[in-house]
Amino acid sequence: MNSKVTGGIKPKHQRLVLLLIALVALIGAGLLAAYALSNQASYFYVPADLAKAPPEQGRAIRLGGMVEKGSLKTRADGVTIDFIVGDGKARIPVRYTGITPDLFVEGSGVVAEGRMEGNTFVADNLLAKHDENYVPRQMGEMTAEQAKQVVAETQ
Amino acid sequence: MHGFANPARFLRLARWMMPLLLVSGLLLSMGAVLYGALIVPPDRLMGDTVRILFIHVPSAWLGMAGWSTIAIASLVELVWRHPLAAIAGRAAAVPGATFTAICLITGSIWARPTWGTWWVWDGRLTSFLVLLFLYFGYIALSGAAQRDMAGGGGGSRITAIFGLVGAINIPIINRSVVWWNSLHQPPSITAGKSAIDGTFLWPLLIAALGFSLVFGGVVLARMRTLLADIQAEARLRRKAMA
Repeated sequence: MNSKVTGGIKPKHQRLVLLLIALVALIGAGLLAAYALSNQASYFYVPADLAKAPPEQGRAIRLGGMVEKGSLKTRADGVTIDFIVGDGKARIPVRYTGITPDLFVEGSGVVAEGRMEGNTFVADNLLAKHDENYVPRQMGEMTAEQAKQVVAETQ
Repeated sequence: MHGFANPARFLRLARWMMPLLLVSGLLLSMGAVLYGALIVPPDRLMGDTVRILFIHVPSAWLGMAGWSTIAIASLVELVWRHPLAAIAGRAAAVPGATFTAICLITGSIWARPTWGTWWVWDGRLTSFLVLLFLYFGYIALSGAAQRDMAGGGGGSRITAIFGLVGAINIPIINRSVVWWNSLHQPPSITAGKSAIDGTFLWPLLIAALGFSLVFGGVVLARMRTLLADIQAEARLRRKAMA
């Protein structure tokens, strides 16, 4: 290997400095790209987004938030459900016909795929969102602290 | 300066470290995974599917740790030209890719009953799939570099640059659930705090330790194999010259 020392700087240190500059530039570019993506890369809108900038009627979008406690109602046909998705800032009524995932319950997170029809979100598909809490069944209900975290997560 | 530049010294260390890491790692991970599969109580919402946690999460950590190993090895190779660094990076690629694949497969199986879908293109899932493809690219590139080495080419350096550039995906995976709305939940374990109950957390941490030891053992085993390959090739070449 060529170990000639040029101008008092060892080649090793020159390489280290060059590489560090390249790394800083790379990380900067990555962060800029991620920042620019921040809206496009989101998997769903929260109710506050839809309230602020109402989407086109009939355009396919995803809506995510918490299923409001006490809002879940089954219609007479037995397969159509109505519920309200909220994020603490806005509330959107949702209608869905079909089988719901196991984790779909009042007070937990949901992502609905569908479109706005009038003021109602008509969902073609429901995905249940799990929160970051893992609690054994014996402990029963969530603690107040965890419940607060769940709400904070969707905001 | 380079304590381990001479592979003989490294090989002496690896010879007894490798079986130690593999045996202790396999015992710990099997114990923790079995404990998780049979003894841990069901989750409040997910029920029995929570048992996948003890394979899925350690695999995810190791998949990311694998690329971090590649990135550090690449840096050491490029700056200090340490002869073992290139070999370490190459040795970490296949086990890293394996853990990444295990994480994606178990995650998909877990998603079906909990979320109601096998796959979604949200930030976390997509960036983790990209990690798997990066591993494939790295493995292909390092294979080509190895063939190139006989001709004295700079292929190994290109592999190292790819290893460094690919590392940008690691913070993106980590932050994907924070920056963007995603179906995947935000991190359960953040600096000093855990939203995972102790009943689940302890077997999870032991499984993660076990998986890490297995990873270390496999990397050492593969480094020994790669070194033996290089030695055998050099010997053949000397014989051909004589």
